[in-house]
Order: sequence, then C-alpha cells, then structure tokens
Amino acid sequence: MNNHKNVTLFVQCLIDAMYPHVAEKIVRVFEKTGVSVDCPRDQTCCGQPAFNAGYRKEAVVAAKRFIEIFETSEAIVCPSGSCVYMVRRHYPELFENDPKWRRRAKDVAAKTFEFTEYLVDILHHVAFGATFDGKVTYHDSCHLNYGLGIRTQPRKLIAGVGKAEFVEMPDSDRCCGFGGTFSVKFPDISAAVLEEKVETIVAAGADAVIGADMSCLMNIQGLLNRKNIPIKTLHIAEFIAGESS
Amino acid sequence: MSLSNRTRPYVTIAQRSIGDPILQNALAGLQERLGKGALNSYTEISDSESFRKKAHEIRMNAIDNLDFLLERLADKIEENGGFVHFAPDAKSAVTYCIDIAKRNGVRRIVKGKSMVTEEIGLNSALESENIEVTETDLGEYIIQLAGEGPSHIIAPAIHKTREQVGALFSEKLGIPYTDDPPTLTAAARKALREKFFAADMGVTGCNLACAETGHITTVSNEGNIRMSSTLPRIHMAFMGMERVTAKLTDHAVLFDLLPRAAIGKNMSGYISYVGGPRQSDHVDGPEEFHLVIIDNGRSRILADKNLREILCCVRCAACLNVCPVYRKIGGYAYQSPYCGPIGSVITPLLRGVNDYKDLCQGETLCGACKNICPVHIDLPRLLLELRKKLADGDPEWDVTRANPFEKAVFMVWSMLIRNRDIYDLFLKTSGFFQKFLPRRHRMIHRLPPPFHGWTDKRDLPPLASESFIQRWERMKKNG
Repeated sequence: MNNHKNVTLFVQCLIDAMYPHVAEKIVRVFEKTGVSVDCPRDQTCCGQPAFNAGYRKEAVVAAKRFIEIFETSEAIVCPSGSCVYMVRRHYPELFENDPKWRRRAKDVAAKTFEFTEYLVDILHHVAFGATFDGKVTYHDSCHLNYGLGIRTQPRKLIAGVGKAEFVEMPDSDRCCGFGGTFSVKFPDISAAVLEEKVETIVAAGADAVIGADMSCLMNIQGLLNRKNIPIKTLHIAEFIAGESS
Repeated sequence: MSLSNRTRPYVTIAQRSIGDPILQNALAGLQERLGKGALNSYTEISDSESFRKKAHEIRMNAIDNLDFLLERLADKIEENGGFVHFAPDAKSAVTYCIDIAKRNGVRRIVKGKSMVTEEIGLNSALESENIEVTETDLGEYIIQLAGEGPSHIIAPAIHKTREQVGALFSEKLGIPYTDDPPTLTAAARKALREKFFAADMGVTGCNLACAETGHITTVSNEGNIRMSSTLPRIHMAFMGMERVTAKLTDHAVLFDLLPRAAIGKNMSGYISYVGGPRQSDHVDGPEEFHLVIIDNGRSRILADKNLREILCCVRCAACLNVCPVYRKIGGYAYQSPYCGPIGSVITPLLRGVNDYKDLCQGETLCGACKNICPVHIDLPRLLLELRKKLADGDPEWDVTRANPFEKAVFMVWSMLIRNRDIYDLFLKTSGFFQKFLPRRHRMIHRLPPPFHGWTDKRDLPPLASESFIQRWERMKKNG
C-alpha cells in the first residue's frame, strides 16, 4: 500500500545492546505497514556521546562511518530523537570546513527520520492492532521535542492503541535529567531532576510511561526500579506493535 | 571521571541547594509563574517564532556593527552634554566611578538593579571608599541587607522566604516582626524614600542603548530606577558594551519581548529613556550624566565568530525560569551574578573556561533555554562550543584539555565503534564482566568507578545476552 517503501534501520546503540526486544517490535511495526526493513550489520553508534562531551574528532569518526553505511539507503529510520537530532543537526555542523563530507552529511541528514515521525508523517499509519489494558502517560524527550519539534506524532500513535487510557502528565516536556555523560559527571544533579520527573509520573497514576527515546526511559526505569515503583517504562514501539501478524 | 568535590564548588553548592526544601519550593514556584508565564505570553504575539527570529537578527546586526554603533552612541551622548567612559576592564569602570564620586563629594549613592555592576564588584569598591551604597530594587535591597549576592538575574532574592525577610527587616530596619508582604514592602519603601532624597548620585544599569538617538533605556517594575536616575545630582549608568541597538524601532521589538520573557507580561511598569543630563527645558533630571561602557572580556567573545551570538542576550533570565538544572541547584552554584544557562556560557567566557568548566558541563543540553529565549540564542550550541574547547584545549582561549582520562576513554571508544567485530567483542566481554556486579530486580545496583555516580541513586539495565544486530544476523542466516 506504500508503493513498496524500503527503510534502513539505525537501531541506536542503546537499544541494540540493552533493549534488543524494542528493535524487534520496530521491525514488527514496519512489517505491518508493508514496508521492507533492512538493518546493516556494520552499524554501531552515531557519535552523539562523544559530540555532546566535546570530543569532535572522535564524533567525526562515528559520523563518517554512519554516512558511509547509510548513504545508499532510501530512508533511514531511527527510534531515538537524540540520534536523529545528531544526524540531522550536528552532522552538517561537524563538517563545516569539509565541503565534500558536508554535502554527504546533508544528503544523509535529509533522509534520516525519527521512528514516530516516519510512521505518522510519511507512512500516515497510526494503528497497528495493539491493545493495552491500563492507564499510560507520555514523556517528551528533549531532543525529540525541542530539537526536532516532534510532539503530536507519538500522541497520535498512542491514541491508536486500543483500550489504553491516556493521561497527559504536567510538564511532560521537562527534561528527565539524563543528559548523557552529564548523568555520570553530575549524578546528584541528574538524580534530583529525575526524582521530580518520577514524582510527576507517579502522580499521573499511570501504569506505564511511554517514551520515544530509550535513553530517557532507561534513566526513568533506573529510579523506578530503585524505588520499587511498579510502573512500566515502554518504548513507543513496544506499546504500539501489537501481536505479530 | 570526577575530581574531588572539594574542588568543585558548582557540585557542592548544588548538593546543598538540592537538600534545601525551602529553596526547592521557591525555585519550582518561580518556574511555574515566570517560565510558564513567558511561554503563555508569547502566544499572544502572532507568529512569535518569526518575531523572535527578527529580534535575533536585530541583536546580531548590532553585535556585528558594535564598533560603529558604540561610537555613534557616545558621540550623541556627548553632544547632549553627557560624559562617556569606555572601560576595558572592571577596574577601569570602578575607578572612574570612584573618581567622579570623590570629585563631586558624593557620600551617598542609590542604585537601580544592575547585573553588570555586580560583575565588576562596584558596591564593595565604593563602600571601601566610605561611600554609602543603597540598592533600591526591593529584591536587591533585601539581599544587600542580608549581605548576600543575587541568586537570580531578575528575582535576586528568590531564595528568601517572607518569614526570613520579616526577621531581616525587623533586625535591620527596626520594625516589629511581620511576614505580611504589603507591610514589609511599605517598610522598605519608607526606608528607601529617605535614601533617594539624601542621595548625591544615582547608579543604574542599562537594558539597551540606542545608537541612532543616543539614549539608554532602563526597565523596571518598581519605579526605583527612574527615581535613581532623576533625583540625585549625578546619574551614572553602566552598560556591557554589547547592550546597544542601531535604531529606536529596534527597541519597539525588543521591549515588546523583554517583559514577556522576563515576567510574562506584555509591558513593564516603567520604561525610561535617558539621553544626557537635564536640559534647559526639562523639569527634572540630573545635572551630570555619565555612561560607562564596559568591555571586561566582551571583545574577546566578539572576536570569536562561533561564540559572539551570546552577546545578543538581553538578560531577561527567561532561560533560568525553564532550566531543569537551575530549578534544582539555584543561582549560587554558578558562582557569578549570571546564573542558569546564560551564566553557564557567559561566566566561563568572562572568567576562564577551565576554572568554570563545571558550569558548561553541568547542563543537560535539553534545549528548554533555546526554546524560551526571546532573542533566539542557541544556548545548547554555545555550551557545546565550550565543551569542545575543554575536550581538546584551545590556545586562542587559553583553554587546556580538561580531562586527559576522559579523552583517552573517547579515543578508545572511537576505535571500538569503528569495527563491528571489535564492537561485538567489547559487548561480549562487558556482558561477561557484568555478571559480577550486584543486581536488584534484574537491574545492576552498583557500578564500579568512574561510573558509580549513576548507581548512587538509580539502577541500570544490564546488557542483553545477545545484541539486536547479532540476533538479526542470526535470523537472516536461519532464513
């Protein structure tokens, strides 16, 4: 139904190593839309951890590699707003003084999409037959929200899940306090920001908190687990995928 | 990855603030009122996004033509009988002020709120010359009586409760204790009136100057700046050299945005335009007018094309009012009059990037600051520019590599991610060693240094037994 689109999946290193089941759900969602998925074996990391810590030379290594692996793809889809922000916004910046690579970076940037953005804006597909028995809330990840302006797409997808009761929590767009290496360098500040985020999630009375960026969810899950709070953290792909067809 | 906290005031002050429930409450309330107020107020402007981009252009245009605009401003003010002093550094600005005060036998000064005078340490310098200085903005007055510095750019006493202010006023002003805000405000007003009438000199800041007309503009909500600039014999205004625009019409745009960004209102209580001393047809105003234009490190920022965008800032403090980090750590952690996201960029640049590295590294890069900035400054980008300098050093800014160990970690990382076979081996090895880490509910409970900070307060999921890529490859092979 989609003129046989092909997407190439950039998994995000965190999902690849810690949450492989999330990537499986992403593949399932695409199968349901009739889009064929490819997933290059050579991929590793987009380079954002190095870039955000200031290590541009090291980030360039990751960026060049990413470009080489993905530039022949029709569309690159990644289930993380911060990786997409890295590719779309920072890759061209990284090659400011290198016109040849800058052009390649821009070409790749133009066809790199965030998962929910691609489903809603490109495929116009919001329901995949999933149901959820309970109350859910949504956390707006910062790079997704402030960086890419993606706010409505995840909510449309959540609305496509049967039986789920959605409750908007206050300040859903306030940072969870992760911030990459920030969380290790400034653990007390990071945890203080996180504490308030978790308080808000608990106050919303949700059974699960949905997000579209696993790094924020990992942070939130870390405190929920520490505090023995039985609220699930779910990547939006897990939430919407439903049973395999 | 971290040094001892004893050498990290940002961290120690932050910890203290996080543990102070009264402060936490005050900061949350501040953000609720002012941060959300600003975002709501923007919605009243049609296409506020373009409007703020226009404001950005106006500011950048001024920054790009700063030499010309400042010369023009100075000429105009001198034409009108005012005096202009260009101060290359804090000392020059302070010395000029003391000289003028001494020459005119000034004993008492009243001040409007001005962050740049905090930056140059004007009050303490004047006081050491036995000149009495009185802050007349209510918040500044409170912290002056308490002997403290500002913890917010426009709400300097936000860290104080009304009970604390009541006790302070009772002690310092000799009034019976009350925590009733109107009574306390009235007491401050009465005390300040006497100071206004007795003052020989008024000192103010300058929100923005205009090169075309040759005047400075000050904004206040209490009317105290207007009294400081009109009642005493001498008015001396201090401005950072970036605070000028080309045309008066630029002010129309910027002063539409400033009060919205700062307090969520479409207009401030008072906007004053001052272009020199009292003219023959004026009914009031000072006999002498001085404008001190302060560089103090700004030229160096101006010369750096990647950083000069920060000079667009109009010090509205909107970025503080949405920052998740400022919300927790308050103003003092930034160790400078400029706190929050703007402080994290400007303080390292003005005072030394290595010395203040924790400020620019201790932010989450969430982008809420950029989202609210009335002049659309890309604060996360500027934080990243500073981090870049710290990562590899920058001789032009006298920055040395901040953390050679971290550099080594990222160099190793860049080798690992270069080759999927090596990367898989790394995952496998890490997966093996993680078996020795303590767990709770299937998550890792304690990490070894330098990553232990993460697990001080939260758990970490373990690596999966098989990465997705490995699984994908396996499934492809098996058809």
